[in-house]
Amino acid sequence: MGALAHYIEEEGIATTQISLIREHTEIIKPPRALWVSFELGRPLGIPNDENFQLKVLRQALHLFAAETGPILEDFPEDAPDEGTEQTQIACPVSFGNRDEDNGTEPSLSSRFSREIEELSPWYSLSHSKKNRTTIGISGLSINEAANLLSLFTDNTRRPELLQDPALADQLRLACEDIKAYYFEAISSQPGQPTDGKSLAAWFWRDTAAALMINRAREICLAESSGKMRLLGKLLLIPRNQLHNFTRVE
Amino acid sequence: MTRLSSYAEDERRHLLELPCPTFDSTPFVAAPALDTLRIAIISTAGLHRREDPPFGLGASDYRLIPSNTPANDLIMSHVSTNFDRTGFQMDVNMVFPLDRLNTLVEQGYIGSVATYHYSFMGATEPEKMEATARNLAGIMKKDGVSGVLLVPV
Repeated sequence: MGALAHYIEEEGIATTQISLIREHTEIIKPPRALWVSFELGRPLGIPNDENFQLKVLRQALHLFAAETGPILEDFPEDAPDEGTEQTQIACPVSFGNRDEDNGTEPSLSSRFSREIEELSPWYSLSHSKKNRTTIGISGLSINEAANLLSLFTDNTRRPELLQDPALADQLRLACEDIKAYYFEAISSQPGQPTDGKSLAAWFWRDTAAALMINRAREICLAESSGKMRLLGKLLLIPRNQLHNFTRVE
Repeated sequence: MTRLSSYAEDERRHLLELPCPTFDSTPFVAAPALDTLRIAIISTAGLHRREDPPFGLGASDYRLIPSNTPANDLIMSHVSTNFDRTGFQMDVNMVFPLDRLNTLVEQGYIGSVATYHYSFMGATEPEKMEATARNLAGIMKKDGVSGVLLVPV
């Protein structure tokens, strides 16, 4: 981010930026930067809080008035709902206890399908309330994306899928769409937390979808293709959620 | 509050060890008065319109986002799983604050919003984006852009 500012400013256009990692900005020294203490992925701080976002923006834009640089200021406020404590999500959809999973493929796959089905009305509600969805990067419907993940974890069906050189990309995008479906659905339920930590903890700790993605990750790590191994190593599960899967590793 | 010191040790170490480019000096262009600035957004969130191809590993190109793009048309194909996407899912302005910039124009805080905005995919080494970014600066000048707001993810 800071390097892009450097290149563009060298070409003659003034820049300002938001910084999420102060230590990086201190090294790169872009012309103007406002460091914010928000979670990675949330540079404007709080979703649907126009006044808070405007405060962040005004301070970042105000740096254009500086006469010399580099300048690195700190935004003085934290995002209020980003406590260190996660809020337990009370999901009206009964997913059962994931620890009861016996590890057999049909059981997990069918539970995954049931989750998709049971979240469907909440996803529809989210879509209609916001007139917006972020699903779509895979180009598949949610059922097609879920089916691709299920087929990939099926030892009898996977060899055929592996013939497709685009499989690693398609699987990554399908998993992102599946995650977006779950998060958009759960966020539409009344009274649920909106902070990323609580939502991530729920998904990665409590859902069959997460177990399916982890199963795909384990399969990818054992593949001979470098692209598939990279997918398994880096691109399916966040580093800070891998601890949820020590039981199945 | 999210400071690196509050991260788990392995996550903190990973972020600290990410290579950052260094420069001998910092360029600095004096900006026009704030209420006359024409602002373009450059995001590194891997955003694009539904009709555009998704970003892949190592992508150093950008996607064009016209300022009349509906929120439902914007999706995110950044390759990293290590940042929160739920904020973007709840509110596009969390990573692409175009509505907020338009409000600031209405309030007279800034002059105008550019016709086009841009998104890179920030997991790529920034040096690989240099030529593209410099070329983009020339394009933005033709759009009358006098200030660029860079938004990370």
